[in-house]
This record gives sequence, C-alpha cells and structure tokens, in this order.
Amino acid sequence: MIPRFTAALLPELILSVGGTILMLVAAFAGRRGSGVTSWLAVLLLLVATAALVGAPSHSGPLFDGFISADLFASFGKALMFPAAAVAIIAGHGWFESDHEHSSEYAVLIVFAAVGMSVMVSATSLVALYVGLELNSLASYVLASYRRTDERSAEAGLKYFVLGALASGILLYGISLLYGFTGTMTFKGIAAAFARGTPSLGLLFGLVFVLAGLAFKVSAVPFHMWTPDVYEGAPTPVTMFFGTAPKAAAVLLATRLCLEGLGPATEAWRQIVIFAALASIFLGAIAAYGQTNIKRLLAYSSINNVGFALIGLVAAGPRGAAAVLFYMVIYVVMTLGAFLCVMWMRDSEGRPVESIASLSGLAQTRPAFAAAFAIFMFSLAGVPPLFGFWPKLVVFQAAIASGYVALAVAGIVGAVVGAYYYLKIVKVMYMDEPAEPYARPREPIQGLLILVMALIVSPIGYLLIGVLGSLTSQAAGSLF
Amino acid sequence: MTGIPLLSLLIIVPLVAGVLCLFVKAEGARWLALIGTLIDLAISIYAWVQYNPDGPQWQFVEKYPIGGGVNWALGIDGIALLLIVLTAFLMPICIGASWRSITKRVPEYMAYFLLMEALIMGSFSAQDLFLFYIFFEGGLIPMYLIIGIWGGAERIKASYKFFLYTFFGSVLMLIAMIYMVNAAGTSSIPALMAYDFSSTAQQWLFLAFLASFAVKLPMWPVHTWLPDAHVQAPTAGSVILAGVLLKLGGYGFIRFSLPMFPDGSLEFVPLMFVLSGVAVVYTSLVALVQRDMKKLIAYSSVAHMAFVTFGLFAMNRQGIEGAMLVMLGHGLVSGALFLCVGVVYDRLHTREIDRYGGLSDNMPGYALLFMIFTMASVGLPATSNFVGEFLSLVGTYQASSWAAIVATTGIILGAAYMLWLYWRICFGTQRNADAAAMPDLSLREWWLLAPIAAAVFWMGIYPESFIRPMRNDVGRLLTRLERVTPAGDSKLTLGRGAMNMDMGARH
Repeated sequence: MIPRFTAALLPELILSVGGTILMLVAAFAGRRGSGVTSWLAVLLLLVATAALVGAPSHSGPLFDGFISADLFASFGKALMFPAAAVAIIAGHGWFESDHEHSSEYAVLIVFAAVGMSVMVSATSLVALYVGLELNSLASYVLASYRRTDERSAEAGLKYFVLGALASGILLYGISLLYGFTGTMTFKGIAAAFARGTPSLGLLFGLVFVLAGLAFKVSAVPFHMWTPDVYEGAPTPVTMFFGTAPKAAAVLLATRLCLEGLGPATEAWRQIVIFAALASIFLGAIAAYGQTNIKRLLAYSSINNVGFALIGLVAAGPRGAAAVLFYMVIYVVMTLGAFLCVMWMRDSEGRPVESIASLSGLAQTRPAFAAAFAIFMFSLAGVPPLFGFWPKLVVFQAAIASGYVALAVAGIVGAVVGAYYYLKIVKVMYMDEPAEPYARPREPIQGLLILVMALIVSPIGYLLIGVLGSLTSQAAGSLF
Repeated sequence: MTGIPLLSLLIIVPLVAGVLCLFVKAEGARWLALIGTLIDLAISIYAWVQYNPDGPQWQFVEKYPIGGGVNWALGIDGIALLLIVLTAFLMPICIGASWRSITKRVPEYMAYFLLMEALIMGSFSAQDLFLFYIFFEGGLIPMYLIIGIWGGAERIKASYKFFLYTFFGSVLMLIAMIYMVNAAGTSSIPALMAYDFSSTAQQWLFLAFLASFAVKLPMWPVHTWLPDAHVQAPTAGSVILAGVLLKLGGYGFIRFSLPMFPDGSLEFVPLMFVLSGVAVVYTSLVALVQRDMKKLIAYSSVAHMAFVTFGLFAMNRQGIEGAMLVMLGHGLVSGALFLCVGVVYDRLHTREIDRYGGLSDNMPGYALLFMIFTMASVGLPATSNFVGEFLSLVGTYQASSWAAIVATTGIILGAAYMLWLYWRICFGTQRNADAAAMPDLSLREWWLLAPIAAAVFWMGIYPESFIRPMRNDVGRLLTRLERVTPAGDSKLTLGRGAMNMDMGARH
C-alpha cells in the first residue's frame, strides 16, 4: 500500500529522486551532458508543477504537523518551480560559451527547488530550518559557480559566511522558542503565545528568528550581502536568487508570522513595519548612485521586499493574499528584467553590466528597449503597467487594517524609487546610442522576455480576477 | 443607447493607430496618426451630437468586469463630454504641428502621441476610481518620453521634474482612493459621488486629492514644473500639455473633490481662494518679465488656471460653468498661442522675444491670427475666454468680493503682458533682418490655426452650445453642494458658522 504522504509529497519526491538521477547523469556525462541535463531538469520542474494539480497536494498536515500540504504551499510551489525552470533555461544559454560549464547547474537548481518547497510547506521549526538550509547550500555553490572568476568566488564566500551567521542567529532563536514552549510545531508555538503575555525568552526567540529570516529575504538591516552577491554571481544565478528563493523566504516568513506567531502579532508587527519601511527607503535611495545594472536590481529587490512586507504588516487573510499577489508579479518582473540584462552583450558576446552601455538602446534595438522599459516602469509601479496593481493590493490591505500612515510612507518611498527606474529608461530612450550590443541568437529567451513583458503590460489586468481568487484561497488556508 | 461602444472606440482607435505607427516609416506614421486622430474627432463629434442634455446623467455607459472588483466602466456626463471633444479637436492639430518640425524618430513620436490621446480619453470617461487612476497616471509615461526625447537643451531635467512632481502628487491621491473604496465598499465613481464620508475623513481626502490636482492644474506654489516642461517640450507637446493635460486637474476638482467631499471642500475654500489669488497676481507679474515666449505663455496658463479654481470654489452656478468655459477656452487659446510660438520658432529657432519685431509687415496673416489669440487670452468680449472669465468672476464675487477684486487684477495684468508681448513681436520696427525675412504662414499652418480661431469665436459669440450639455450636470453638482453652501444673503460670509448650523440641522 502506498502511504498517504506520497501523493501529497509527489512534487518533492519527483524533484528529489529526479534530481539525484540527474546528478548521476551529470557525473558521468560531464560537460557533454549539460544540454540534456538542463532540459531534463526543466521537464522535472514542469512535471512537479503539474503534480500540484489535484486534491492530494493540499490534503493537510503531514508527519504530525512537521509540514503541511496546503493551498498556500501549492501556490508558492506553482510560482517557484516555473521560475526555477526559467533560471535553468536562461542559464543554459548563458553558460554555453563558458568552458567551465558542466551539468551541475541545473541539478543544483533542482535541489534548491526541493529546499524551497520544504520552506513553503514547513509548519514546524525543524522543517523550516531544513528547507532553508537545503536551499541555501545549493545557493552558496551556485553563487560561486564560475569558480575561476574572482567576483563569483567572492560572492559565494560572502554569501556563505553571512548566510551561516544568519542561520546561526535563526537557530539560536529556534532554540529559544523551543526551550520556552516545548514544541517545534507552529500550532504549538501559537498556543503558547496565546496563553497570555509572552515571556521575555519567547520574545527573544521571536526576534532572533525574524532576524534570521530578514537575512534570507534581504530586508534592511540584514541586506548588506545582497548587492555584492547579486553583482558577483553569474547573471542567471542572480536572476534565480532574486526570484524563486526570495519568494520562498517571503512566503515562509508569512506563514511563520501568521500561523506560528499569530497570537503575538503585536510583538512582531513593529519589527516588520521597521523592516518594510527601511527596506523601501534604503532600496530606493541607495540605488541612486549605482552604475552596475545588477547592483541596481539588487537594491530594487530590497525595495520590493519592503512592499511585500507591508502586506505582512496588514496580517489577516487579506494581508497574506496581498503578499502572495505581490510576489507573483514581482517574480515575473524580475525574471523579465534579468532576462534583459542577460542580453546585454558586447560585440564579442561578453556580458556587459554597466548602465551606460544601454545608451540609446531604443534606437538600435527598439523591441528590446521597449521590453526593458516595460519592466522598469512596472517595477516603479507606474500605471498602466501591471506592476502598479500589486502595490495597490498591498496598500489596500494595509489601509483596510488601519495602517494609513504606513501606506503613505510606503508610497512616498515608491516615488523616491521611481527615479532610478526612470533613469534607466532615460538612458535607453534619451541618450545618444552607444556601441550596439551583439544580436543574441536565443529565440527561447526572446520568447520568455515577450511572455513576461505581456504579463506586466496592461494586458495583465485581465489576470486580476484569477490571481485575486487564487491568492485569497491560498491565503485562506493559513487561517 | 446606440449599442456601439463609443467610448471604448475613442480609446481603442488611437491605441491601435499608435501601435501600428511603430511598424511603418516616418511618412506613413504621420498619415496614420492624422487619420487616427481624425477618426477620434469624428467619433467625439458624433458623441456630442448624440448626447442628450436632458437625458440621464451618465450616457454611453459601458461596463465589463475585469475581475477582482474592478470594472472597465465608462460613461460620460456633459462635463466630460466637452473635455473629450476638446481633446479630440486639439489632437489632429498637434499631429499637424509636428508634421515638419519633428524629423527624428517620427514613428515613435506619433505612437506616444496617440497613446497619450487614448489615455486622456480614458481618464475623462472612466467611471471606476482605479480605472481613472490608471489612465490618469499612465499619461505620464508618453509625456515623459515626448519631453525627454524631442525636447530642448534642458529636456532631461524638465522631463524628470514633470514626472516626479506629478507622480508624487498622484500617489497621495491613490492612498485616498484606496481609503474611499475601503470605506464605501465600491469603486464606482457615480456611487462615490453620492456617498457621504465623515466630515473629518473628507478633509484629509480633500487634501490628498488636492495634492494631485493642484500639481496637475497647476496651482501656486506647485506650478514650478510647468514652465520647465513647456519650454523644453516640442510645440505639439506644449499644446497638449496646456490644452488638455492641465484640464485633468480641473476635471478632477469637478468630478472628485467637490461632489465627493463637499464638507471638506467648504473647509478649504479660504485656502483655495488664497492660493488662486496669489497665483493670479504672482504668476502674472512673473509673466510680465519673461524674455522667452513659451515661458511667458506658460506662466499665463498658471494665472488662467487660477480663474478655474476661483470659479469652482465659489460653488455657485456662474462660478462652476465659468470655470468649465475657462478650461475649454484656455485649452483652445493657449494651445493656439503655443502653435503661434512654434510657427516662428520653426523659422528662426529661437524663442527669445527680442529676436523678433515688426512681424506684421512680413507676416500679416500670422499677425492677424496671433492678434485674435492674444485678444482671446486677454479676455476680449466675443472671444471664448471672455465668457468664461466673466462668469467665473461673477461667481467669485458672490462668494467673496475680496477674492473677486484680486482675481480681476489678473485680467488687467493679463492684458498687460499679452499686449506687450504682441507689441514686441508683431509691431515696432524690424530690428532683425532674419526675422524680417521670414515667410508668412504656409497653407498647413493656416489649417492648424484657423479652426481654432473659429472655435474661439464660436465659444465667445454663442457659448450656449457649450453650456447646454453641462447645464444639468452643474445643477446636479450644485444640489450636492447645497447643504454646505450658505444660503442666499449670507453668501458673503463663507465660513464655519454657516456650515455648522447646516450640519446641526441635519442631525
């Protein structure tokens, strides 16, 4: 007889078993197999996404509340698996010309995806930690994937050292929570918090856990690693970091705060408010002086996490739904923006990262510039582009919970941030053309850019209904 | 009604034409843009003819749910109708004005113009709060690009200033909109126009909307983006900016601030009068000393827009109808004046007033038309601005005689700077040989300016055509304002006392 959990865990099983087999393939085939492994990994991720359809994927808690297969988790997976697949496709094209490229890239991303899917399903502190570490370990390796490139090696090392520190802080917090409640499950912790004024030890634990998570979502003041790692890591890896794991960490924090720390909302809310506003403003202001597009997008991601956290402050089903909505569109915009960055190549095909090299792109490559501009305006949250809507949803949730002042502060931050997105549009549209880029021969990437651009274009508004009902159903499963 | 989704067509036609423009060469794009805007003009005139002034408040209503509580809800009343007609009328003229003067990246230019037309049409016809916001804000993107790509030497700074100023004002309005939808449970504009928010909420909401519309209109002291944007923008950009985009601010006051927050509006009447008064006097004086023609007209726009706020916040029939007519008249006249500047700029490539002189000798046709528009701007009877300014002043006088006195000085100063401008350019001796050698208006330029002149006289001589469609709508607005406007003979003492009495009576 097949135990119940196999059906509920089908996506994770597919990815774990498939990933292990792929690793063997990679080990034997070496460089020659990189194409096959990449496409097989994409296939695995898509099959895993398809396995989310149906009742078993949201059948409820598993392993005595260790993890939970619910709609919230499924929604997160349905967002992250395709994003990871895009990272593999983009990476395959990117590394092709690279002599060091071997097949491990795709395998590592598959393992990271398993970690992420444990993260979003975790309903106990152990599962939370295991998922987070599984994802992080794969990420450390990915960051230093181009091991002969100094910047990449530095990025990996920096990420590892700071990541380990954050994991330490997180573990310390977990041990405090466990010590003072006697349980690892979110439900048990919530019950302990509900029992009256939480003890000092519990509050300490809560603060440390949140600090550890803030590192993973790169919220201020634990954001310092982000620009360096984003700049140093190979661009497809940066794209991956900016999308799927970030969404997983935000979803994890949402579940922990609402499900595990729900009764202590007043205790964590002030922390999240600070982190949200600080992220929005620091992300907006620090991006001003950047000349490297990847660093700029790193600050942009810090800025965006701040907006998602505003949804978390609102709490309740509406706040959680707003976070989910925000992350979906954020992932689409970020994927699109990084796919565009990957097309910035000089005439010999080497990647270029300076913003100045985009000069006059609208005249040399109008369609490319238009797509890039759509992502920039959308990240800035300017209507009629669809990037406006998630910001609206988040602010709606905040105002419905009575946080009008927070919404006003956040939206002022959005205006401050609009400046640097405009700057990129200005460079592309108003400056004289610089040396033109090489024409890419990657139809699949072009297609992906087109799809992402269409989603964030005004056409995306047609998705409001579908996304709105999906996010509120997914958020509903938390309560 | 007719069954044809007229308003959707108004939005879609320029949008489609704009997208098509990107795929053709310069000459094709010009014709495509002209045809697209002319079709839109035809549709809007058809709507004007079909519009029934005695019919229901909202006509040509369309409503398709997009999902998530948002609707593609369109519908217009007489006020919106007139502004739509104004937009559709000015757009082909803008395209014509850019026919020869824009030579680089023509398809893109035409595409942005058409996109802007679609967004403006959307803003005037939206019946859903968020839909309105999307159209309203969306207009920033094409204008940002038009100023930034085809503008003058300082275009980058001007484009940033334009974008960030207006964006900042609007996001505060967005927060207010979210609050309103949350409180009222609907985002439908007609429903919100009848919804009573609490008195305190109304004050905050009014201020938030003011932040957006005051920047857009613009009112003193947040007008500083306007001269920069005007001076740097290409001629057609200035025309559309002065002719239509500024009207979005006034439209916002009529559509949102007054009917949705009557108590809040009343509370801030003194503020609005003071700001408008300062604007009239201060910007007129600033206009007097300008050496750049475009800057002078830009400052005069700020002064004229102050008549709009005077009229609106007088909260009586004459004031509001006057404000609407000032908006329409100013849309025509300032647009035409910018075109007149463009005509000589295309020939001499300078906007410096001193470089011209005595143009009535070598350009008599130009001098004639320029004079018509100068007189209209001054507010001479039989021109459009006279009717509007007169009504607006009458309304203001009923509300506050002091405000009316200050406002009237604006007319005197306006006459001073406009006549002096005209004198320096068209009369006097021909000091500059190159200016004296300029040819008179070409046929194309006649085609651009003559229709505007005709409209200016039409509006000045028979304003009933323009007042008729909005009469009932102004009436409805006045009914809405009735409970806050002090009754009859107390009109001179606007203030808290009257409102409190009124509030007390309701409770």
